[in-house]
Formats: sequence, structure tokens, C-alpha cells
Amino acid sequence: MILSVEELQFLYRNREILHKIAFSIEEGEVVAILGPNGVGKTTLLKCLNRILHPKGGAIHIDGKNLFDLGTIEIARLIGYVPQRVETGRLTAFDAVLLGRRPHIKWDITEKDLRIVDSVFRLLSMEKLRLSYIDEMSGGELQKVAIARSLVQEPKVLLLDEPTSSLDLKNQVEILAIIRQIVLEHRIAAVMTMHDLNQALRYADKFILLKEGRVHAHGGAEVITSEVIEDVYGLPVVIGEVAGMRCVVPGIPKWDCTNKQIKK
Amino acid sequence: MHFADGAVPEDYLVYVRRKYFWIMGGILLLFFMLIYSISVGAVTIPLLEVLQTLMGQSVSSKWDSIIWNIRLPQALAAIVAGAGLSVAGVVMQSILRNPLGSPFTLGISNAGAFGAAFSIIVLGSGKMQSTVADAVIINNPYLTTMVAFVFCLLATGIILLISRIRGTSPEVMVLAGVALSSLFTAGTMFLQYFSDDTQLAAVVFWTFGDVGRVNWLELEIMTGIVLLAVTFFVANRWNYNAIDAGDETAKSLGVNVERIRSIGMIIAALVSAVIVAFLGVIGFVGLICPHMVRRVIGDDQRYLIPGSILLGGILLLVSDTAARLIVAPYVLPVSVLTAFMGAPTFIYLLLKGYHR
Repeated sequence: MILSVEELQFLYRNREILHKIAFSIEEGEVVAILGPNGVGKTTLLKCLNRILHPKGGAIHIDGKNLFDLGTIEIARLIGYVPQRVETGRLTAFDAVLLGRRPHIKWDITEKDLRIVDSVFRLLSMEKLRLSYIDEMSGGELQKVAIARSLVQEPKVLLLDEPTSSLDLKNQVEILAIIRQIVLEHRIAAVMTMHDLNQALRYADKFILLKEGRVHAHGGAEVITSEVIEDVYGLPVVIGEVAGMRCVVPGIPKWDCTNKQIKK
Repeated sequence: MHFADGAVPEDYLVYVRRKYFWIMGGILLLFFMLIYSISVGAVTIPLLEVLQTLMGQSVSSKWDSIIWNIRLPQALAAIVAGAGLSVAGVVMQSILRNPLGSPFTLGISNAGAFGAAFSIIVLGSGKMQSTVADAVIINNPYLTTMVAFVFCLLATGIILLISRIRGTSPEVMVLAGVALSSLFTAGTMFLQYFSDDTQLAAVVFWTFGDVGRVNWLELEIMTGIVLLAVTFFVANRWNYNAIDAGDETAKSLGVNVERIRSIGMIIAALVSAVIVAFLGVIGFVGLICPHMVRRVIGDDQRYLIPGSILLGGILLLVSDTAARLIVAPYVLPVSVLTAFMGAPTFIYLLLKGYHR
């Protein structure tokens, strides 16, 4: 078990956002946190590396109690890829080098540069090394952010909607890279997602949140049309296309743009 | 996670070497400007003799007295003040996440000007004598400096207090600074309205920044504080890089964003307060120098901080030298020159875009 969360509670201005969240993750697993907007997916993710401070509960990572660790120690165990990546006049190499910050004492060493180079090769982005990130496309920028979190050499990777602003090809590419790295390096990834089909295809486990609680949690078997309707409040049809399970939104009663329903 | 197959890429090393060349070039230019600035003025001292005098060989007692008592302290004050204001600006821009950040964004210069006006008008530390060449006399400069400094700190304190209550968000700090600026400007105008001509002239004279005002002791105090601040800022260069990448990214990299933000602000404010109190208001350098350096060297604080320190020093030194030469024997206020020379250069750089 690489990450375990027990009874996690988070309050924002005395309002309970997360209530008794509990789950655990093994190494080599990709976990998708699902649920409607505003349910607390990102909040949960930020509690896991103490960007936000949970009110109660326990988080253990790699056998250590997260609440006993300093910020630098946490940064050496957990990488984080935010939803929005800030740009600036920096080369991709320097932007990724920043990920070594938790390991840097006074200045970078040759080892830091070699690790950054190694991650550039791993993500096949050697050509981008000296490109300025303020001239990059969304997909390239997302790769830079992922590379930055990888050079932290983390045990767990947290990603906040890693594909939300990407086109179809980039979405698949990014998720496939995450999938591959998690397996090869025996780490774990937790990501919030909106696209249920991408989640079904690339995640091993699913945590569905509803009203600040875990509504369902487990492998692909927990994704049923009943659970999805409960969580999102929308009827869905689950079928198979080319051997892959797919979730297709059904037609809600109030959708009058759909001509079929009028007949 | 473990990565072992990497090598140090040659093209990156070339890229880094280019950054160091820029910085080395800056150091050389600064040194040359220092010697040149000492050599020119009402009397021209040959460059070689300036060098000899600086290295301790006495060429003539006249040169000794001009260089050690007048020109060297003035040139050094220009370098230290320019470097201090510029580095304070670059740090403010980073921690406030705002390109308009500068030592004066937080209302510090206006607070200092109000303090000086208060000291001159209310406490009576200044008056004007029309018969002397240097018409305005501030007859108790120490009191004026002290009061100006106290008000600079007061402005900083108010902003800290606000950020303690409302959290250290960049928006709150910038907006509080704008509010304080207006408040102190209004306060100064209020005092000026009820002052007589001589006091008014003394206040206006004080607000024209002038690097020739300091003596060696004041220069030492200023240099000490600027050096300490620079050391602190350089030590935190990775933290500022992290904050530039966004608060969330910074936190996930183990940076205590709130602490870095408030401590950085206090130190940048302190540096600005000392410079404003000793030299008066020297605008523009703190805002524009960091941006000029960004256009050439990029946003990486590892090069941006030293680059801003150097360019700040160079810009203020060149301005001060020009201010002494243009309408000699009269001396223009240096703050007028920094804007006259800096603004067109900056607009040119804006139009040209980034250096590749």
C-alpha cells in the first residue's frame, strides 16, 4: 500500500467540504477521482499533499504519516500537476529543473541536470529542451508540467484534470504516458477527471464523490449506470465499442434540443 | 522513482554560458562606467589617474580630495541605490505576481515623501536661502531622513497588518499599496497647501531624488542593508522561480509561499525605505530595470536577480553622470534622467520583443 487515506475531513470557513473520505492505493495503480463540478475533487487532491490543510483524518504515504512530515519531505514523496500551468520566459529545461527544488541545497548539481535530461528522454521531448514555455502549445506545456513533477522523483503523482484543455490526440498521449510511467516506475497516480471514458480506459480504480463523500470506490465494476446517474444526476447508457466499455449520456427529460424525444 | 540514464545536454550548457556572458558583460560595463563617472565633471580627471587614485596611489592631493570626498561616494551611492531599487523591484514583481510591482507599488516612496514634508513643514527642519548657489537648505537633514524612514516603515507596517488580517494574497497587497499611495500623496498636498514658499521649495527639492546627498557613513549603512538584502534574495532565487510557476506548484515543491511572500516584502520594503530616506524619490529604476533584463535574459531568477542588480546600478550611475554633464555646471535631478533615458529604451525593448 503506497497511499492510504482514512476519515479525511476538510472544512472551508466552517463548511464541511469533504466528509470522512477513505481509500487506499497500491503501487502501479492509476486512480481516477470522479464527480460533478464543485463536489470537492480538486480539494481532495490538494489535501493529499497538504496544499490545503485537512481538519481531521489520517494520510499515510509509503508507510509515513503525512502530518508528521515537513513540506520539503512531502515534496520529495508527492508530485503535483496543477490544472493551469503558468508560463514565463523560461526554457522547458529550466522549467522542469525547478522540479528538483525539494532536493536542491544551495545550487543545482550535475546529478539534477542528468535527471532532468533523463525525464526529457522518457517523455520523448528532447527537441523541446530549449523552447521557451511561453511559446508552447497546451499539450507541450502539460508535458512540461508532468516532467516537472517527475523530476521530483515522487512515489505518488497527483494530477488535477490533466487532459481538460487538450485535444483528443494529446489527451490520449498524456494519459498513456502517465499509465506507462506508473507501471514502469512502480509509483501511483491519482487524477481528477471529467471524461468517464478516458477514466475507464486508463484508470485501474475509481473514486466517485457525491456531496463531499465517497459514493462508490473500487475497480471498473463500480462504474454502473445506476452509480453514474446517482453521482451526476443524469441517465447514462454503458455499452461496448471495439471491446472498450463506454459511458454515453442518456437523454434527460429537460433536453428539448434533441429532436428524437419530441416524437 | 529513479532516473539514471541521463547526460548533461551540451546545448543547455551553451545556453547557460550565454547567460553568464551577459552578466560578465554587465560587470565590466558597470566597472567602466564607475571609472568614467569619476573622471568627468566640472574638472576632468584622466581615466588612468582615476584608477591610480582608487588603487591607493596618490597622484595629486587635489584629485584625492575630489575623488574620495565627492565623486566616489556619489558614484557608489548611485550604484548601490540603483541596484537596491532594481532588486527590490524584481522580487516584488515575483512575490506580488504582478508586472507592475516595484518598491513604490506599496506606497513606500509616497510615504517617504510625506515623512520628509512633515519633518520640513511641521517639525521645521528645512528652510530656503536665496543667496547661496544651492538655494535650498534642509538645515536638519538627519531629522528629515529619520522621519522619512519612519513613514516608509509605517506604510510597510500597515500593509503587513492588512495582509495578516486578509491573508498574503498579491491582490490585497497591491490594492492596499495603491490606497496608501493616494493617502500619503493627499497628506503631502495637505501639508504643502498650508506651508510657506521656503518650506514648499524645500519639500519639492527633497522629493527630487539626488545621489549626491549621502556621506560615507550613510553610504555604508545603505550598502550594508542592500548587500544583506541581495544575499537573502539570491539565496531564495529558487523559491521565487517556484512562486513564478504558480502558488500551487510552489507549495507542491515544498515552498512555504506565505512566509516567502511576507518576508520578501518586508526586506524589499526595508531596502526601498533606506534608499528613499537617504536619497529622496528615485522612481522608474525599480519598475523598469527588471523588465529590461527580462527582455534580454528571460524570467529565470537565477539570472534575473544578478542581471537586475547590475542594470539598476548601471542605469542610475549613467543617469547621474549625464545629469551632471548635460547642463553643467547645473545638475539635473537624477530621477528626471532615469526616466528620460530609461523610458525610450524600455519602449524600444517592448516593441522589439524578447531577445532570442
